[in-house]
Amino acid sequence: MDDRRLEILIGNLLRAGVLLAAAVVFAGGVFYLAQNHAAKVDFHSFTEESASLRTVGGIFRSAAHLRSRGLIQLGLLLLIATPVARVAFAVIGFHLERDRLYTVVSLIVLAVLTISLLHAT
Amino acid sequence: MTVLVFSLTVWAISTVAGFLGALTGLGGGVIVVPALALAMGVDIKYAIGASLVSVIATSSGAAAAYVKEGFSNIRIGLFLEIATTIGAIAGAYLAARISTHAIAIIFGLVLVYSALISVFGEHEHETISDCDALCRRFRLGSSYPVNGVPQKYGVKNLPTGFSLMFGAGALSGLLGIGSGAVKVIAMDRAMKIPFKVSTTTSNFMIGVTAAASAGVYLSRGYIDPRVAMPVMLGVLGGAIVGTKVLVHARVRTLRLVFGVVILLLAAEMIFSGITGKV
Repeated sequence: MDDRRLEILIGNLLRAGVLLAAAVVFAGGVFYLAQNHAAKVDFHSFTEESASLRTVGGIFRSAAHLRSRGLIQLGLLLLIATPVARVAFAVIGFHLERDRLYTVVSLIVLAVLTISLLHAT
Repeated sequence: MTVLVFSLTVWAISTVAGFLGALTGLGGGVIVVPALALAMGVDIKYAIGASLVSVIATSSGAAAAYVKEGFSNIRIGLFLEIATTIGAIAGAYLAARISTHAIAIIFGLVLVYSALISVFGEHEHETISDCDALCRRFRLGSSYPVNGVPQKYGVKNLPTGFSLMFGAGALSGLLGIGSGAVKVIAMDRAMKIPFKVSTTTSNFMIGVTAAASAGVYLSRGYIDPRVAMPVMLGVLGGAIVGTKVLVHARVRTLRLVFGVVILLLAAEMIFSGITGKV
């Protein structure tokens, strides 16, 4: 497998991930608008969100109860996962190409991403 | 303002941001943050959180199309990501420690810099076809299509580019943008990579950089579903259209369009930061 085929494969996978994420956000958005469309909103000052929308576990629980905001956050989590998946696929792809240098390069990037995402757990 | 009006307005703004973001390789963030903060009066923390999401949507949504055109260089992107992801985490930590006024002013200055480079910068440089020692060591040279014919290019000044990328990552983590402007400058100006390869590789990189600070932002509650939902859906739609236009667009026109829009937002952002409105 050469770089080009690998990149096209990754590109298509990402697009599928993004479309899935968008569909989940859209579904959550429809629920949210249906329930709250006439309510007043004001985002002038920052107020701490409830923990259920700030952690990965909380988001999954909220989405499982089909709460609209939880569903939107779940879609956003999927979206955040797409670049991570892209790097993970690069690790696999370079390994299959027996390209040791770039397997290590992509592993370093994946490690940094993983450390950062541990924050939200 | 009702939820419906707010959502539709933010969606419309985000569609434009996504279009310009994909066209310039900068991501929708540079337009979404000022627009939400200035025009919609949204607290800059929410704007930054929604922007971070929009940056990822722009990057991942446009990826497949760029790859098919043969512009982006995944090795250059991944190699430089080591610097941007570490920088992004550093920036995200810093964001909690400085005031929102300061963030607005820094944001504005970054925008001014991007705009000036874009509009008054040198014209398209010659493509460097030879590969220096570091470029060969890390196998960064490649080729890209010019009028359908593959043209070879090399990479210069790798250490300078790598350092600039750490700075780009830190700005991304601090401001919730993809910092594509700094990335494009590092690749196009410092490393002498062809402009279209620079913008599309930047597009590959901004999503990964944004994901590096996403965990920190999510856990702080900066990513609010009510703001992020219309932003993400709008930016994604705009980005898909923008990508289709990019392939046929002229580089000079791209830079002018980007420069003017950014300069206007920059002035407003700095003014609001100084007067304490943002």
